[in-house]
Amino acid sequence: MHPVLKTVLQRLGLGLLTLFVVSVVIFASLEMLPGGFAEAILGQGATPETVAAFNHQVGLDRPATVRYVEWIWNILHGDFGYSYAGMGGSIKRSVSELIAPRLYNTFFLAIMTAIVAVPLSLFLGILAALYRNSWYDRIVNTVTLTTIATPEFFIAYLLMFFFAIRHRWFYSLSTVSDSTPFLEHIYRAALPALTLTLVIVAHMMRMTRASLINLLASPYMEMAQLKGVPRREAIIKHALPNAWAPIATVIAFNLAYLVVGVVVVEVVYVYPGIGQLMVDSVSSRDMPVVQACALIFAATYILLNLSADIVSIVTNPRLLHPK
Amino acid sequence: MNDTQHKLNAALGQALKGRITRREFTQLALASGVTLAAANSMFTKAWADEPKKGGNFKVGVGHGATTDSMDPGLYPDQFTGTALWGTLANSLTEIDADGNVMGDIAESFESSDGAKKWVFKVRNGVTFHNGKTVTADDVIASLQHHLGENSKSAAKSLLKEVAVMKADGPNTVVFELTGGNADFPYTVSDYHMPIMPKNPDGTVDWQSGIRTGAYKLDKFDPGVQASFTKNENYYKPGKGWFDTVQFLSIKDSAARTNALLSGEIHYMDRCDLKTLDQLKANPDLTVSEITGYGHYIYVMNVTQKPFDDVNVRMAIKYSMPRDAILESVFLGHGTVGNDNPIAPTVKFAIDPMPKHTYDPAKSKEYLKKAGLDSLAFDLSVADAAFAGAVDAALLWKEKAKDCGIDINVIKEPEDGYWDNVWLKKPFVASYWSGRPTVDWMMTTAYAADAAWNDTFWKNAKFNELLIAARSETDEAKRAAMYAEMQQILHDDGGLVNMLFNSYVEAHAKNLGHGKVAANWQLDGMRVAERWWFTS
Repeated sequence: MHPVLKTVLQRLGLGLLTLFVVSVVIFASLEMLPGGFAEAILGQGATPETVAAFNHQVGLDRPATVRYVEWIWNILHGDFGYSYAGMGGSIKRSVSELIAPRLYNTFFLAIMTAIVAVPLSLFLGILAALYRNSWYDRIVNTVTLTTIATPEFFIAYLLMFFFAIRHRWFYSLSTVSDSTPFLEHIYRAALPALTLTLVIVAHMMRMTRASLINLLASPYMEMAQLKGVPRREAIIKHALPNAWAPIATVIAFNLAYLVVGVVVVEVVYVYPGIGQLMVDSVSSRDMPVVQACALIFAATYILLNLSADIVSIVTNPRLLHPK
Repeated sequence: MNDTQHKLNAALGQALKGRITRREFTQLALASGVTLAAANSMFTKAWADEPKKGGNFKVGVGHGATTDSMDPGLYPDQFTGTALWGTLANSLTEIDADGNVMGDIAESFESSDGAKKWVFKVRNGVTFHNGKTVTADDVIASLQHHLGENSKSAAKSLLKEVAVMKADGPNTVVFELTGGNADFPYTVSDYHMPIMPKNPDGTVDWQSGIRTGAYKLDKFDPGVQASFTKNENYYKPGKGWFDTVQFLSIKDSAARTNALLSGEIHYMDRCDLKTLDQLKANPDLTVSEITGYGHYIYVMNVTQKPFDDVNVRMAIKYSMPRDAILESVFLGHGTVGNDNPIAPTVKFAIDPMPKHTYDPAKSKEYLKKAGLDSLAFDLSVADAAFAGAVDAALLWKEKAKDCGIDINVIKEPEDGYWDNVWLKKPFVASYWSGRPTVDWMMTTAYAADAAWNDTFWKNAKFNELLIAARSETDEAKRAAMYAEMQQILHDDGGLVNMLFNSYVEAHAKNLGHGKVAANWQLDGMRVAERWWFTS
């Protein structure tokens, strides 16, 4: 079997195991949270009677193990179940129907940010390695370090203040719905994407710079220099291919952050992404939704890490063609 | 009013209808001896005050969750209340800006048999958004929705006194109550009880969003937004001016403020008090402040030591620096409480004497009466009860030291506060959004058998009066009974009513409105029906 295929299959198998463990952990921790869906929804209106009626209707009066087995069994059949909200009425809201538009929005924002941020940080990083210790290098380092060290909500407020209130170039609210036209979606998501770009560029750019500089000291780079390869070509042709592995890992890590970790930015810009959905669902104890979100997040991490590993294998001939 | 003024007013009316021009009006005004500037300002003012049709009204609300449902029995807060009730629907009755109850879907209502039997006449010619006429059957099905064994409705306990509910012809609904209740028309004004169309099988159609209100539902995206278009056949004259209305759920108060500043919304609720001056400084915005029925309280379990001694309770009531808390924690946005949960704007409210203010000498006197030199107890608080609960408690702790009272403030987790702390710990921070009648408030939280009796206070005289007053139809006698009840609660009860909070909201200057209601936020939750754009 080809080593790449073998690794992919191995990783996928491990990933499934991880997902299973995650599902147990999530289910158990939600069970341990104080209060239930009925109390959360009814608030002060929760009398023992209404709570009991509620719990019976959504099946919460059965033991946790039974509910877990039933849930995992349904997931294996591709059924994420129904949200507790709206249960009992004739309109049941399935979890997948609830999550799908939010997930689309989240991926939209993540991809939009990635399209800008990844090439930008690679470009900045390569230039910084090329012109190491120059004024350019120092400025880029300082600026990106500043943006990464500033909390994302603060960057968001600053951008909003300048670009939405002082100069009304962008919207301060990024509310979109499924009827929003594509271009308007991009326009509305511009400020959140810019905020996220500022947050993640530093990490990827510095990793690119560091791994390139690390390689510049190695003997084969000295050889390239001695045989007269121009510096720029030496970096792009000889150093970069060997630097892909660590860079890809960092990029994967940041992309995962774009999917699972942007709830603060979503709240500030009122962008209906999956982070807000999950936080809402945790506070209202809408377990089926929380569990599905957590599984999606875990799967995102596993898949992105897997792709980073594939990139490092493919770009490294020693791993690609083992003896 | 003299003759000239009378003619001018008539002319102004004509001008507003577009029958005479501004120039013609000005000429007329000049001829009657009014200066040019005055004539101009008369015209402009009348033009601005006069409701105008049109516009897309956008409101940012600090509530809303993905779990929100179309089922009115489960409306949790302002978002569903304002959008899916105040904008979309009507109840049998409504509460006007002065706190009086008046007919809405019901044209009239009257009681007999000591307020035990209520007859509501359904207004003629009110239609649902699908064109169907509202009948007594729809009303009964809508209220029946909250009853029954499996009901999860928040209105279930409100309607539990209804013994029989039947239609008498297509336009009359008769209620028979288990006991007299002169305030029953107030009960059915609640936002959980909109009138909805009946299904052929006897249940009610709450799912489709077809109601009777000033706007029809376009799209409801739980936790994100709800949008509406004008209902051209709305039965109420002079209501529902906007072409379209949109409610956005913006939970972050800074995001809400920014949306208003950048003109993306026209109205926001729950302003951040710390940045209020910036909003006030903006020439395009107006900040409004209404003292509502809501109050921030600390409640003790009077069945537990040391709170079972009324002297201890009095000592505690005199140890709270309400004025200082109002000034420093709530920046003056509210009215100090006097251990009476009935807001001053509610009918039959009194201000019991002596006023409970910060008074270390009196506090110590009561401690001595209780046979104590000093007092120490735990106070469980979290900002989940109300924003500022922790800060207020800490300030109280500092000031109470001078009264010989040592308060141990315990900060409880916000998550699950209402399940694990409220009604469980002996002394906790709590909040009531208030009720429009004395009876309703007292029955909900202070009656001996109330599910939410969070002080566990059972006063025989109080409960006797509560039941007697409920069926008393003589207003003067009722007022006297309610005054006595409020006095008893003030002197003996386990609540420390710190303050009545204000609804602080902000809106664009080009919005016009009448007197703003105090029963709920957002003009009694009916802002979309009652307000209009002036330009």
